[in-house]
Amino acid sequence: MSHEILEHAVASDTTPGTQHFKPFEASAEIEALADERITHYPVSKLSAVLPLLHIVQHHFGFISKEAIDWVANKLEIEKIKVLSVVTFYPGFRQSAPGKFHYRICRTLSCAMEGSYELMEKICEITNIDRTQLSHHQPIVVSPCGNYSVEFAECLASCGTGPVCLVNDDFHESVTPDKAQELIDKYQA
Amino acid sequence: MADIQYLPGKEPHPREHRLIFKNIDRQGWDTSIATYIADGGYEQLKKAVKMEPGAITDEVKKSGLRGRGGAGFPTGVKWGFIPPNNTKPVYLICNCDESEPGTFKDRYIVHQDPHQLIEGMVISAFAVGSHTAYLYMREEFPAAAETMEAAIEEAREKGFVGKNILGTGFDLEIYVHRGAAAYICGEETGLIESLEGKRPYPRIKPPYFPAALGLYMAPTIVNNVESLCHVKHIIEMGSDAYAKLGVERNTGTRILCVSGDVKKPGYYEVQVGTLTMRELLYDICGGPKDGREFKAVIPGGSSSKILRCDETFKIGRGEDAKDLDFWDIQMDFDTLAACGSMAGSGGVIVLDDSRKMSWVLNNINHFYAHESCGQCTPCREGNGWMKKLSDRIVNGEAAPEDIQTLEDVAYQIDGKTICAFGEASSWPVEAIIAKFRDELTAETSENNQYLSKEQLQREEFLTQ
Ligand SMILES: Cc1cc2nc3c(=O)[nH]c(=O)nc-3n(C[C@H](O)[C@H](O)[C@H](O)COP(=O)(O)O)c2cc1C
Ligand code: SF4
Ligand code: FES
Repeated sequence: MSHEILEHAVASDTTPGTQHFKPFEASAEIEALADERITHYPVSKLSAVLPLLHIVQHHFGFISKEAIDWVANKLEIEKIKVLSVVTFYPGFRQSAPGKFHYRICRTLSCAMEGSYELMEKICEITNIDRTQLSHHQPIVVSPCGNYSVEFAECLASCGTGPVCLVNDDFHESVTPDKAQELIDKYQA
Repeated sequence: MADIQYLPGKEPHPREHRLIFKNIDRQGWDTSIATYIADGGYEQLKKAVKMEPGAITDEVKKSGLRGRGGAGFPTGVKWGFIPPNNTKPVYLICNCDESEPGTFKDRYIVHQDPHQLIEGMVISAFAVGSHTAYLYMREEFPAAAETMEAAIEEAREKGFVGKNILGTGFDLEIYVHRGAAAYICGEETGLIESLEGKRPYPRIKPPYFPAALGLYMAPTIVNNVESLCHVKHIIEMGSDAYAKLGVERNTGTRILCVSGDVKKPGYYEVQVGTLTMRELLYDICGGPKDGREFKAVIPGGSSSKILRCDETFKIGRGEDAKDLDFWDIQMDFDTLAACGSMAGSGGVIVLDDSRKMSWVLNNINHFYAHESCGQCTPCREGNGWMKKLSDRIVNGEAAPEDIQTLEDVAYQIDGKTICAFGEASSWPVEAIIAKFRDELTAETSENNQYLSKEQLQREEFLTQ
């Protein structure tokens, strides 16, 4: 399979957030991390596709077509297999988020406590056009590239809603009036 | 246990009976193995590896433990389904996908008490003869993935995980495998496909019952985090003493996660079935918010059928049939099933009289439309359609017959799909319509008519 199909199928367009992430590079560190993960799956290397994609996303912010190429080579599988996984899981991004990525739970218990209003507030403060959020564009990045927002589904902390993740940090009871505070915690 | 102190404001309610959550919010507690061992940790593993593996499974069977992940299937019976003449490797998978809306219990175990889960997993793996175990963790628990991996390393250094565990010759590797934000990975065969590195499309059962044809087509036991922790306590207490907790056929303790419109939402570990709905919502959760009244309760995660607080249920058959008031429902598997709902994952979502049912339904529909894996047509198309219909209702754009269409679509999904997501997504719709039809209909209008392109062309033609 040529590289062509990835050109068409992968939307690694630049976003205002791109400035915050290094372009993908299979450095010795990345190779070593991947090799270690692969040992967790002695029966089938294909099983390592999720862990490898996590390594990529953690270091480079999103999954580029170069990264898909690398994962496919690493696991000796067709690129399409990697792509089919990347495009299925909402947890994988195909373009750069903001430096601080806000994932706000929109499911029932959090919505009852005001998570939609929290989303409005955060968009307002970060100059994100809330109307751009849709099923086809789940992530929107602020014009300055420092922030991005996404609705998450139930984050398993329904008793302390509204809850959200900012990068890997978890926050509870973030009522809409605490939106500014939550933004201030993450100064670019 | 009298000396255990909890963090201020986090003390368990007196009606609680803490086994699994003994160390959650405990003062002076941390995730290190030293703390766990100082508290008597890993003693049950030492006891278990001296037993015959089959004897452990028998103990779990006798304890009456039923799975805490959703279906309430007896754990020991499931373990017994591994084919007796099996020659393939056996896998143990701990399901920490915890993504059923309303459920928040496994999160505390993997963040605060990792060694309890590891001990439960090693004992269970020993019982079913597994040498490789995976802990499938939802992606949104990044801190827990680190905590668990660090804890596994500590356990390895002490000889509780790895080669020749406690000198018995038993080997077990445990690996953490992170998902990527997809609810369907909680369904056990979807989880297995995900672990194999593919899209998590659930497998059709039969023939793909995991206990016979699971991970890499080898026998695989999938259990919830809480279920595996219970195994440790069954070994500690003995199955007879464990079975005395709770009520008949619904033994042990379980964690109820209460969210929504109550004064004190939170997690409460109680003996199964010893608490009525009234005691749970008033005595433990402090009643409704000021000036409000309870309206309805979703008793076991968002896919369980909603119950109205003014409902009465017919329980039992023939001579034994009796009426059961909503407030007298015991929170156990069998009673909730008899009321037409389910205990599910233990996630209790409470709604008061300020909530519009159309809004609740629409929020739930958005969840399932987003999470359908798309493999079967009734589920993929049906959930998208149900979402559009409930969007219309909340926006005041629905016609009365849309309610009927919504109900019809739900029944066209229910029972017609590869995996139980079909039921999980259609039950809430069926129940909310059945119980709140008038309220929903009141939000529709005869003026809202939806015509297809062909119908519009015809109308236009006729009026010309
Ligand atoms: C759509 C769907 C989602 C599920 N999500 C979870 C989940 O997040 N966690 C879980 O433990 N079980 C979940 N289950 C249940 C699992 O398929 C499986 O029955 C369970 O993990 C078995 O463990 P147990 O016997 O210990 O309950 C889900 C089932 C379905 C149909
Ligand atoms: S019922 Fe839904 S989630 Fe389950 S396999 Fe079919 S499409 Fe996928
Ligand atoms: S609904 Fe938000 S964490 Fe469950």
